[in-house]
Amino acid sequence: MNDNLKKKLKLKVSAIKDGTVIDHIPAKNLFKVITILGLDHIDNQITFGANLESEKLGTKAIIKVSGKFFEDDEINKIALIAPHAKLNIIKDYEVVEKKVVEIPDQITGIVKCFNPKCITNHEKIATCFKVVSTEHLALKCRYCEKITAGEQIIVL
Amino acid sequence: MKKDLISITDYSKEEYLKIMKLAAEFEENPNQDLLKGKVVASLFFEPSTRTRLSFETAISRLGGRIIGFADPDSSSASKGETLHDTIKMVSNYADLIVMRHPLEGAARYAAEVSPVPVINAGDGANQHPTQTLLDMYSILKTQGTLDNMNIFMVGDLKYGRTVHSLLMAMSQFENPIFNFIAPPELQMPAEYKMFLKEKGIRYFEHKEFTDIISEADIIYMTRVQKERFSDPIEYEKVKNVYILRNSMLKRTKPNVRILHPLPRVNEIHPDVDQNEKAYYFTQALNGVFTREAIIAHTMNLK
Repeated sequence: MNDNLKKKLKLKVSAIKDGTVIDHIPAKNLFKVITILGLDHIDNQITFGANLESEKLGTKAIIKVSGKFFEDDEINKIALIAPHAKLNIIKDYEVVEKKVVEIPDQITGIVKCFNPKCITNHEKIATCFKVVSTEHLALKCRYCEKITAGEQIIVL
Repeated sequence: MKKDLISITDYSKEEYLKIMKLAAEFEENPNQDLLKGKVVASLFFEPSTRTRLSFETAISRLGGRIIGFADPDSSSASKGETLHDTIKMVSNYADLIVMRHPLEGAARYAAEVSPVPVINAGDGANQHPTQTLLDMYSILKTQGTLDNMNIFMVGDLKYGRTVHSLLMAMSQFENPIFNFIAPPELQMPAEYKMFLKEKGIRYFEHKEFTDIISEADIIYMTRVQKERFSDPIEYEKVKNVYILRNSMLKRTKPNVRILHPLPRVNEIHPDVDQNEKAYYFTQALNGVFTREAIIAHTMNLK
């Protein structure tokens, strides 16, 4: 497929007038991203593509939300499961701004504490972690103070 | 803002020193009616006779009234009530909550739910800050200072919450040295060693429990528990290695004192009890004064 054709195809699917395009989401995490951003509870027009080809990720997913512009705090929540996600902010069919996601200092209600004896695994409590390392992702539980890291990180 | 005490790191160095000063005052004069007319809830979701009696003695000496339960079977938790609901209800009645819970993080959560202050009397393997403060008071009382202490920690340094908290707290003072004596399976976790390295605090690790203790100002003994070992053979190998005997104390410094959070099993031989360097029973008594100090500070009574 030549580049021109690729661009044309992309243009065709990405055409929204105003809103946000979230690109480079790992395909398997598309629905988690939708849940974390609460896109399943809003009335905006949303289109998404899954299992698209990606040079970087192998397969990727893309979400386009009309009329929605995310705050940094809001969008950074997906950094754990879509660390390479890129946002294109669209106004009047033009990309007016590009953004990347950053791992926030604190992560609330997304990750499960790996400690089976932690109170958050026994009562209905939103988990809350302080990010103690971003390089090798390590999260310190606000409650049991244990560190959940690497492979132990499970997104709820 | 209410002053909960959930984790030892909730307090600043100034607060540690204030608690030490107040504990000394309560030791001089233990019966003070500061809690008159106040109700304190003592909620033990897990039995701990020693800690509960110490707290309830402290509350009684301050003139407070106690409501609560000593074990979960006599509480609404046994009917399936959530911790959230129990705390909501009790905080309607009481001016202060003292709680012990088997789950880690339970005390922090209770403090978030409760409009009245919460003192953590132990949450699983996580934190037991009043134990640490009474350990510090015992060190201060016997050594006259919290600075320049050479502290030997012996036994289970991996799971022992008391040694972790004591390490964090003593790191706030001048020039401490830590010596860790533990079997390979139960060594001080990397995160605490990293913490010391970052603070530039010296520490040494040993596998043998020998006359290296001659340098010690404080020997902090802990229990090596069988259930901590995945391989029972490993336990059998080390169970008699980390036992302190009176003969080992011959060449130790005259000021050295032996601490233990109690209960002990066999890690301190009874022949040590008669030695003036044995301090663990007085340490337990210090707990009452320290807890009076913590309650007075938490309730803004002093």
